[in-house]
Amino acid sequence: MTKKLLLDKVHVEGIRNFDVYRREGGYQSVEKALKMQQDDIVEEVKKSGLRGRGGAGFPTGLKWSFLAKPEGLSRYLVCNADESEPGTFKDRYLMELIPHLLIEGMIVSSYALGSTTSYIYIRGEYDWVSDILDKAIDEAKQNGFLGKNILGSGFDCEIYTHRGAGAYICGEETALLESLEGKRGLPRIKPPFPAVKGVWDCPTVVNNVETIAAVVPIINDGGEAYSKIGVGRSTGTKLISACGNINKPGVYEIDMTISVEEFIYSDEYCGGIPNGKRLKACIPGGSSVPILPANLLLKTAKGETRMMNYESLSDGGFATGSMMGSGGFIVLDEDQCVVRHTLTLARFYHHESCGQCSPCREGTGWMEKVFQKIENGKGEMKDIDLLWDIQRRIEGNTICPLGDAAAWPVAAAIRHFRDEFEWHINNREECLIRNYGLAHYADPLEAVVS
Amino acid sequence: MAEEQQLFKITIDGITIEVPQGTTVLNAARMIGKEVAPPAMCYYSKLEGSGGKCRTCLVEVAAGSTKDPRPMPKLVASCRTVVMDGMIVKNKTSERVIDARNGIVEYLLINHPLDCPICDQAGECHLQDLGYDHGLAGTRYEFKRRTFVREDIGPYVQLHMTRCILCYRCVYVADQLTDHRVHGILDRGDHSDISTYVSKAIDNDFSGNMIDVCPVGALTDRTYRFKNRVWFLKPMDAHRDCDKCCGKVTLWNRGDEVYRVTARKDPWGEVQEIDGKTAWICNTCRFEKKKASDWTIEGPTKIDRHSVISANHYAEKVQPPDPLNKVLFGRKPLLLMDIHEVSKVNTPDIDLSKIPGPATSTTFIDRDEAKDIEQAEAERLLINDHKELP
Repeated sequence: MTKKLLLDKVHVEGIRNFDVYRREGGYQSVEKALKMQQDDIVEEVKKSGLRGRGGAGFPTGLKWSFLAKPEGLSRYLVCNADESEPGTFKDRYLMELIPHLLIEGMIVSSYALGSTTSYIYIRGEYDWVSDILDKAIDEAKQNGFLGKNILGSGFDCEIYTHRGAGAYICGEETALLESLEGKRGLPRIKPPFPAVKGVWDCPTVVNNVETIAAVVPIINDGGEAYSKIGVGRSTGTKLISACGNINKPGVYEIDMTISVEEFIYSDEYCGGIPNGKRLKACIPGGSSVPILPANLLLKTAKGETRMMNYESLSDGGFATGSMMGSGGFIVLDEDQCVVRHTLTLARFYHHESCGQCSPCREGTGWMEKVFQKIENGKGEMKDIDLLWDIQRRIEGNTICPLGDAAAWPVAAAIRHFRDEFEWHINNREECLIRNYGLAHYADPLEAVVS
Repeated sequence: MAEEQQLFKITIDGITIEVPQGTTVLNAARMIGKEVAPPAMCYYSKLEGSGGKCRTCLVEVAAGSTKDPRPMPKLVASCRTVVMDGMIVKNKTSERVIDARNGIVEYLLINHPLDCPICDQAGECHLQDLGYDHGLAGTRYEFKRRTFVREDIGPYVQLHMTRCILCYRCVYVADQLTDHRVHGILDRGDHSDISTYVSKAIDNDFSGNMIDVCPVGALTDRTYRFKNRVWFLKPMDAHRDCDKCCGKVTLWNRGDEVYRVTARKDPWGEVQEIDGKTAWICNTCRFEKKKASDWTIEGPTKIDRHSVISANHYAEKVQPPDPLNKVLFGRKPLLLMDIHEVSKVNTPDIDLSKIPGPATSTTFIDRDEAKDIEQAEAERLLINDHKELP
């Protein structure tokens, strides 16, 4: 059993209430942090090796140290709770069940960054979660952990929740800041980066919910201790939201030392594939990252066991690897059709493209239409190459990573499952009646289950 | 003397230039000249904050700067990338850039109606130019194109949303030139729509400049619609005293009639800077002064802009074969002789004053030569006969 840092007390009765949370040892990190120097906290986070949990995996301590500190400008901390990636629901779980952990992390991080006004930008659809957070903020304020002169340290901090309007693009940090300022959620052109010019043109740090929550155990136990958990540069614990064809979907906290195989098949985590089916493919880090067929998922191209951590999942680049991403673990069994699956994703990205830059605006819609054509039994062989061409010219040519996120799943689906596309084209009638896709990708490892 | 501005050295497609600090790569390329300047559909140097959206100006940065000569992994939008000292940029010399640009033109065109034959913008359309330079001969898009209903926004401007490439320039014009903006982008993604809020008319003295900045034919002049083609019109620089704007315009005439009035454009299709200020013009000048007598005409405008109309220089153009050799069957063309070298007319052997009557061609040649010519003629006919045999 892995040591849990974030979700340890989730199931304590009434943990959503301040009193219970405080009794269980909550808000100790605030008391500890306010006695420390601000730079020491940043140093501690650097030492911990904590990496951004939102998807890109950028070292958090480094990000904090990039924050510009000009005279006369206030600095802001913004928590990115606009969790809209298909397959990712870890932040909701955390905010819903243990909201004070996030508030505690926000206070410590705000103190470290010198932000007296911090925002939680929460996804519009999470309206009840927003209410839970508001209540938690109120309770913290009543108990002197927020507001003026926190615990007599002279540090003032206010936290506000801001509900988005339900756009996926507002999870991109600069679009989030635009939306926070009350404008259309269009990504800004970088540079300048938010660390120099963010919300209201002031230096801003944007962090994921889980990243900010992870600051709490780092301060409590020290960065050294945190960095010892996990392996290599993947330190600490990571929340994985597992879904798809598994027996036990849900949010799991792992310490990044277990293998993918163990994660899928062990009873402690996903509990294997239901109905005795075999594993066909998996998206290991939320819908934007490349899909991997079973053989490449469990073993890297070099034949090593693939582990659940940043390095191992991205081993082999995009040719034979994938990414840790935001931890949305989507499992497909042998009955699932990769073409239909990728169509769903293409439709999602088409719908969510903000329309600011041309490759993404036009390309995502085009890809969806070509997918519809193949899926509806009207595909031609040239369409596969066309899809490849469209995604290739979107990737890397857009303002924000949404273009890349739209292109990668399509690229990976064609790269690894090309014959399934061809099967759809060669068996037009059959693919309309029975859209199973090809089962031969399924993994021979079924023995583990039975 | 103010502090001397630092000059940065930048190499674009092998041509080095020194530019002031803070210049963007695109503007540095424009300083070098047309050959290396990347195309720009959304960037407009006179509108603050524009650019970065269309992605046609993407370039490859082969070396970031002298201090940090690493190449940038992604292609960057040259209109929003600031020059660093010692930067090496590849534009037309980079295959990646050309490939990406071809792709972007394809994306821009998949939902464009391509109704150039009836579009008022044809001939001065940036998308048309871009399509000629980078487009495919046919389209790979086989689905229904996105269409919108035409909309009259205000008394002077008509919006063809179907043609729009969402460059946002007109939004910036309304933000930065007029006192309040009443139009903008509605909706999201590829169904975005430029429109006014609840069909409100755009009624502002400077709204006509939206037509000038529109790179395609999405915003057109209602007073000029379908009146003429731009290439039939003769542009003339003219001015009048205007209390609202600078009054310096280009008139587009055919004969004595003024068909339309626009602001003066620079080689990049942008409104010129005159006396340090951008020469935007007001709606009175643009739409209401359509008589030559309203204006003081300065003279013909020098058009110095690459356009489809002036182009006609296609790459890899196939020249038709010269038919002369074929029809002559290898004979030396008699007609193409230099008459001065061959004829004795200029250096006659005889004294022309001594011959009776006027001189004729036979005066200059002796009998033998005349025979030779006759024989050659006979031979030629004989060869022709021979060739015509089956």
